Amino acid sequence: MRMTRKRFLEVSGLSLVAVATKRVVGALLGARSGQARALGAPTLTTRWAMVVDSAKCLKKEGCTDCISACHKAHNVPVINEARHEVKWIWKEPFENAFPSQESAYTKVAFPGNPVMVFCNHCDNPPCVRVCPTQATWKREDGIVMMDWHRCIGCRYCVAACPYGSRSFNWFDPRPYIPALNPDFPTRTKGVVEKCNFCAERLALGQPPACVAACPEKALVFGNLADPKSELRQLLQSRYTIRRLPELGTKPDVFYIV
Amino acid sequence: MRDRGVIYSGLVIFLGLITFPVWHDLAAGTTSRGPEPVLPAQEKQCVAPLSYMRTSHMELLMDWRDGVVRRDLHSFKAFNGKTYTMSLTGTCLSAGCHANKADFCDRCHNYAAVAVYCWDCHVEPKLARK
Repeated sequence: MRMTRKRFLEVSGLSLVAVATKRVVGALLGARSGQARALGAPTLTTRWAMVVDSAKCLKKEGCTDCISACHKAHNVPVINEARHEVKWIWKEPFENAFPSQESAYTKVAFPGNPVMVFCNHCDNPPCVRVCPTQATWKREDGIVMMDWHRCIGCRYCVAACPYGSRSFNWFDPRPYIPALNPDFPTRTKGVVEKCNFCAERLALGQPPACVAACPEKALVFGNLADPKSELRQLLQSRYTIRRLPELGTKPDVFYIV
Repeated sequence: MRDRGVIYSGLVIFLGLITFPVWHDLAAGTTSRGPEPVLPAQEKQCVAPLSYMRTSHMELLMDWRDGVVRRDLHSFKAFNGKTYTMSLTGTCLSAGCHANKADFCDRCHNYAAVAVYCWDCHVEPKLARK
């Protein structure tokens, strides 16, 4: 059949109608199946977060109970060179953890009074955005989780994280692990690791290792989505700050300094 | 043929050398031996039927891995109704089951020359105890 102008207009008109109908039907069906998430209204039941109470933390001088508990539970290697070290939780001087809050007086007020820092499990995590294999992803319950089977060791996430929470295994960590814990795997050379909010302990209903180990109960872990949780009460009653909020990563670790 | 003797003896030596793998292994008796994995003393039933485990234990382990790590699922309902925790060291290598990797996993894997990389990360209970 010869293509005439009339036929061409008929065909394109019908195509436009077909596409529009498909879109409308799809939107209607989507709304009926209750895809509230797609419309941008998240219905959260769990959002794990942590509050670090620095005053309580500093009560016991030189305490590293949380670091020991975490690193022992997760087979984190002990490497003494700063450029090769692997750490899931560590101490930072105040001005390094909160650079925008630094003043001449904070250096005087908090010398040798470090802040416990670890992965912030951000709500808008840059590491998740850049991971080429989705070896790092944000779970439904808020934890930014790592899959070491899938990590290819490109270290894009290490570059993306503004907090320095991630460590790369430059060599085989096994010889550097003081005591192997069989309940948790080690990692191999060539993958990135970080705090995972003890997802394996949460699955058993236990709090994270650092929270359980703290003698002063300075680390409070809880569910942000539950208005009655201890965490929410603490956040509503005390003034809290977060690390580098101006970057828009929306970290879920709050500090009472 | 002037060099008959040299040629025939050379041929015999060559045939002897070329068939070395055949007569050496027959004499040593290694070909008749299989991998001989040591079965668990207590537990008689695995998390899946024997025929399935023989052909597809790798698939099961991959499903467990993706379930635990990527989907936060931890409990596995076996074909016989029993529930197990999806864990390589915790369930498969538990004390009543395949507690000794060298006597079980390694036997067949060494025989078939199939290298596994599980143990690069996952800790054998034996290593931890020492």
